[in-house]
Amino acid sequence: MKLLKKLIATLAFVPAMVMANEGGFPLDHAPDRSTDMAALQNGAKLFVNYCLNCHSASAMRYNRLRDIGLTEDQIRTNLLFTGEKVGDLMKTTMAPKDAKAWFGAVPPDLSVIARAKASEAGSGADWIYTYLRTYYKDESRPTGWNNMVFPNVGMPHVLWQLQGVRTAKFVEEKDPHDESKTIHKFEGFEKVSDGTLTKAEYDNAVGDLVAYLQWMGEPAQSTRKRLGAIVVIFMAFLATLAWRLNASYWKEVK
Amino acid sequence: MAFVEKKLPADAPVVDKALNWVDSRFPLTKLWNDQWGKYYAPKNFNFWYIFGSLAMLVLVIQIVTGIFLVMHYKPDATLAFASVEYIMRDVPWGWLVRYMHSTGASAFFIVVYLHMARAFMYGSYRKPRELIWLFGFAIFLCLMAEAFFGYLLPWGQMSYWGAQVIVNLFGAIPFIGPDLSLWIRGDYVVSDATLNRFFSFHVIAIPLVLLGLVMAHLIALHEVGSNNPDGIEIKENLGPDGHPLDGVPSHPYYTFHDIFGVTVFLTLFSAVIFFAPEMGGYFLEYNNFIPADSLKTPPHIAPTWYFTPFYSILRATTSEFLFVIQAGIAAYVGLIFLTTKLPQMIKFAIAGAALLAIAGMMPGALDAKFWGVVLFGGSVVILAFLPWIDLSPVKSIRYRPDWHKLVYIVFAITFVTLGYLGVQPPSPIRERISQVCAIIYFSFFLLMPWWSAMGTFKPVPKRVTFTPH
Repeated sequence: MKLLKKLIATLAFVPAMVMANEGGFPLDHAPDRSTDMAALQNGAKLFVNYCLNCHSASAMRYNRLRDIGLTEDQIRTNLLFTGEKVGDLMKTTMAPKDAKAWFGAVPPDLSVIARAKASEAGSGADWIYTYLRTYYKDESRPTGWNNMVFPNVGMPHVLWQLQGVRTAKFVEEKDPHDESKTIHKFEGFEKVSDGTLTKAEYDNAVGDLVAYLQWMGEPAQSTRKRLGAIVVIFMAFLATLAWRLNASYWKEVK
Repeated sequence: MAFVEKKLPADAPVVDKALNWVDSRFPLTKLWNDQWGKYYAPKNFNFWYIFGSLAMLVLVIQIVTGIFLVMHYKPDATLAFASVEYIMRDVPWGWLVRYMHSTGASAFFIVVYLHMARAFMYGSYRKPRELIWLFGFAIFLCLMAEAFFGYLLPWGQMSYWGAQVIVNLFGAIPFIGPDLSLWIRGDYVVSDATLNRFFSFHVIAIPLVLLGLVMAHLIALHEVGSNNPDGIEIKENLGPDGHPLDGVPSHPYYTFHDIFGVTVFLTLFSAVIFFAPEMGGYFLEYNNFIPADSLKTPPHIAPTWYFTPFYSILRATTSEFLFVIQAGIAAYVGLIFLTTKLPQMIKFAIAGAALLAIAGMMPGALDAKFWGVVLFGGSVVILAFLPWIDLSPVKSIRYRPDWHKLVYIVFAITFVTLGYLGVQPPSPIRERISQVCAIIYFSFFLLMPWWSAMGTFKPVPKRVTFTPH
């Protein structure tokens, strides 16, 4: 009996014992701008200007941008550059074969990237937000760029003119658990040259872009939540009625 | 015998006439009364008795949403992933239908696991309900197959590699394994051929079998009557009208009882659909938003949460763990020889099988992967034997010795822990814990003929315990 109780007590701790966080660069928390139309529109502009040249968002139609407050005319004049129709899907004109030759890999489709990058370390938005802000110059890489979140990434720092150029400082430290090993420890970024945006402005712009990517991952998300509130309240009301109705029948069962 | 139709008065309501016309040709009223209307169910059902009806509801949700999804989904390796996103964006209300279906899959398992937990607690599988249990077990197998086949269809990375891992398990079977997994896939890797056949199984083959089994499950239940939290046969106490004194007709009492349960369930179900359809990566795995890529293996492949208790047992079976299993088998055979009165023939047959298994686990014989698959399958199949290995003199946990409750709690914690470990990436400590849990899991069943009959049982009342409400 006692043994069993002990066993149960031990088993109750199991989840805590096995819960060990996997390593990796800690993610910053992306600002929540999922309902901020101005931010989403700015994000859409950045996306079309900087991302869409190489990446597709082939599940996404341009005219869906009406959901973030743009008119079809605004979309046509500001966001369509190569004669697409407003109902077209967001596809890149870069041929996959060229992409493979230039970057070593075909840039992934970004339609649902914000959903795909979610993990225990943070939401997909957090991942992209940190990723786009941790590029540094690394001459050992073919593109000249490397990244803290995505080491040895194939994509160069597309936003470098906005952020400016930085290098990363690493120090070699003795591994406290193993004398024979050293740890390659990140000590921070060092500025090489300024960009057109200040640090705060850059973070803000990336925040907008991430908000857009997050929205694009599921354009129906705000409809879903709005509708959800009504449905859940209605169902709870119905449940209350059903509860009383049931009680009125069971009253007579002795 | 000549066909005789009951004559109704000329001024009888037209509905009655129509019903009479049908009833003379098809037992409509009789079916309704036998299966629900005048089916007397024990009046002392508690919270745990709602999950059967809820499972039925989820089945209907899955079928109806499935019909609409098939209208837009493309079972083609080059189009499948995009067609799911098309449903999510361009099909009116497609996102809702898809989320209902994906959440419904998980809800199905939650409801069915709770339904099974009820059977464990109150001995609902005991005589005369063995067939109900076996039909239920077959439904559970179908459900697992249905979930497995369906999970490939979105054609994301986790769909793809999950299917790859599970189909490869068949490759562990000696001699025919590699050919068998090739035959299942229809290709050397999971591919368009695999997707098409899984689609066929998911939308027609398994649902057909499932529906038939659900009917058999219900017909068997309504034939022998429902068990209840006291584990008493209510048919042993009939009133002057020939109906059980402790029973109430399902209609209207359980009709409205179940409607109440359904509304509560749907409130929770909608909360998930509308506010957390991914459920933190458990209902929709994050990796599955990346299209399937046969050249990129994800670092951590985990099946969806509802398979993980059994999957953990597969992963726990390492070559060093086989020695523990060998010792366990030897001890078990010893136990059978020393403490049971089985005929000599059967004892020796068991010993022979055990010897074969022990020999097969020797280094150089069959590898740990094969035995992992055997234990993986065994951990599911062992459920089917429950009616015959539970030798407790009472059905319900209420009248069993108190320490039996602890055994069930330990089993429940073990099952949940196995499930938790199955979604986590492996590590040495997790491997050890899952091995301990695997031993507890199998011991619970294999030792049940001994422990279930041990202890001081409480007297079972003649009539059900019921407080009017």
